[in-house]
Amino acid sequence: MAEKFDVIVVGAGPAGTACAYTLAKAGVNVLLIERGEYPGSKNVMGGVLYRKMMDDIIPEFYKEAPVERHIVEQRFMMLDQESAVTFSYKGLEWDQEPYNNFTVLRAKFDQWFADQAVKQGALLINETVVRECIVENGKVVGVRTDRPEGDLYADVVVLADGVNSLLAKSLGFHKEFRPDEVALAVMEVLKLDKKIIEDRFSLEGNQGCTFEIFGDSTKGVLGTAWLYTNKDSVNIGVGAMLSGLIKHKMKPYELLDYVKNHPVLRPYIQGCEQQEYLAHLIPEGGYHSMPRVVGNGVIVVGDAAQLVNAIHREGSNMAMASGVMAADTIIQARELGGDFSERGLDNYRVNLLNSFVGQDLKKYKDATHHFEKFPHYFDKYIPMMNRAASQMFTIDGTPKREKQKKIWNDLGSAGEKFRMARDLFQAWRVMK
Amino acid sequence: MTQPQLPKGQSIEEKQYLVRFKADTQSHLHVLSSDVCATQCPDKLCTIFCPAEVYKWEEVRMHVGYEGCHECGSCRIGCPYENIKWEYPKGGHGIIFRLG
Repeated sequence: MAEKFDVIVVGAGPAGTACAYTLAKAGVNVLLIERGEYPGSKNVMGGVLYRKMMDDIIPEFYKEAPVERHIVEQRFMMLDQESAVTFSYKGLEWDQEPYNNFTVLRAKFDQWFADQAVKQGALLINETVVRECIVENGKVVGVRTDRPEGDLYADVVVLADGVNSLLAKSLGFHKEFRPDEVALAVMEVLKLDKKIIEDRFSLEGNQGCTFEIFGDSTKGVLGTAWLYTNKDSVNIGVGAMLSGLIKHKMKPYELLDYVKNHPVLRPYIQGCEQQEYLAHLIPEGGYHSMPRVVGNGVIVVGDAAQLVNAIHREGSNMAMASGVMAADTIIQARELGGDFSERGLDNYRVNLLNSFVGQDLKKYKDATHHFEKFPHYFDKYIPMMNRAASQMFTIDGTPKREKQKKIWNDLGSAGEKFRMARDLFQAWRVMK
Repeated sequence: MTQPQLPKGQSIEEKQYLVRFKADTQSHLHVLSSDVCATQCPDKLCTIFCPAEVYKWEEVRMHVGYEGCHECGSCRIGCPYENIKWEYPKGGHGIIFRLG
């Protein structure tokens, strides 16, 4: 007879592992299935892990976990071809416990996190692909893996299978995603001496710094580039809407090389040694792209449920929060007599939508779509901002009032100024 | 809008060389119909946006270098003709990230 578990979790990323950890800790018999050689071997992230949601699961995890640096400065660059207007916040309150966020390398971090779930009693099986859910009488009762005699059964199956979300799709929870619902991200890990990182980014000890880079870094396609400091390496990457890359016939790795060779960014990575090249999709569709997240005997969490706040580069924190909420719902359903139907598990959906995850996704539900539809925020206003700064800060004997006039004229005709005001209002409206 | 000109950087082959792969003996990617590529898709879009240059057009057919696939899913979503059947490679196979 095939093996039966209380719960099977598909995918040992932040969402799946958070779920398995929480269940195992409560004494639930949980199987965690990972298709890679080890957890993290298929996973990619720009690199920022927020402390709070992980800390809720394992208090003071950062004392044990393989985190790279705690972030004390976040810079935002509005990049033009040979210039940048930069905003930054550096706060030394982030330099002390409990910290705000960390850079992590996912292949290392995910392995560590899954190990903690195993220590709580979860069973982890690597190198196993779940090909489909086993459905009987309209209820998910298990999974079919690619192992010989690989059918496994459970009261509840949690789908944490990542952005492609093939299992939820096969259950009819969502249609195939469109190219304007996903961003393609490519990244390189570049080895750089610890001392050099500290000097170039003005850091002391284990402090870290993040750059989010808008504008010329994506050549008019909606997206961002980033540069994050690890212990003795930096992550440099660029993510752009797949629809934009297709429209502009742009090769993602050429865009990455453009960013790496950009005269404003080049000095930060000079002399580095390439360690790894990675590509991954990011779910950017937000609230409108969320699939059905609960069915009979099944719950969808993390990227598989498209839980990413693209505006604030949050994802793994939402994944973890959703994994915990799924676990709590299952634990509660068990205590209430074991109703694992859609109705019995519906608390997950309700709690998810009421939490910061649902609220933030709802808040920004139209943002990605708006900025994709109106690319001039990136290819027109950012260069304009750079010209204004150059004009104002270049001392050439022109009186300041005349400079202001030049900047004003640079904004274009009365019609163009009106359009710009309208655009700024619209941007505020989708972000508010 | 004109297509932006990006400077030639390092080749994709050099980037791919940094990555560890454990290739399966069979492809997990299947172009359903080369005819569709040949007759309906003049730009051969997957050969452009695939981050690992898995797809290469060879006059009458699409060559699929599945061994270097990052398993991102872009081709499945991005192919305007839904002409790519996309699965995960067998458990433990395919790309193996060591860091990021």
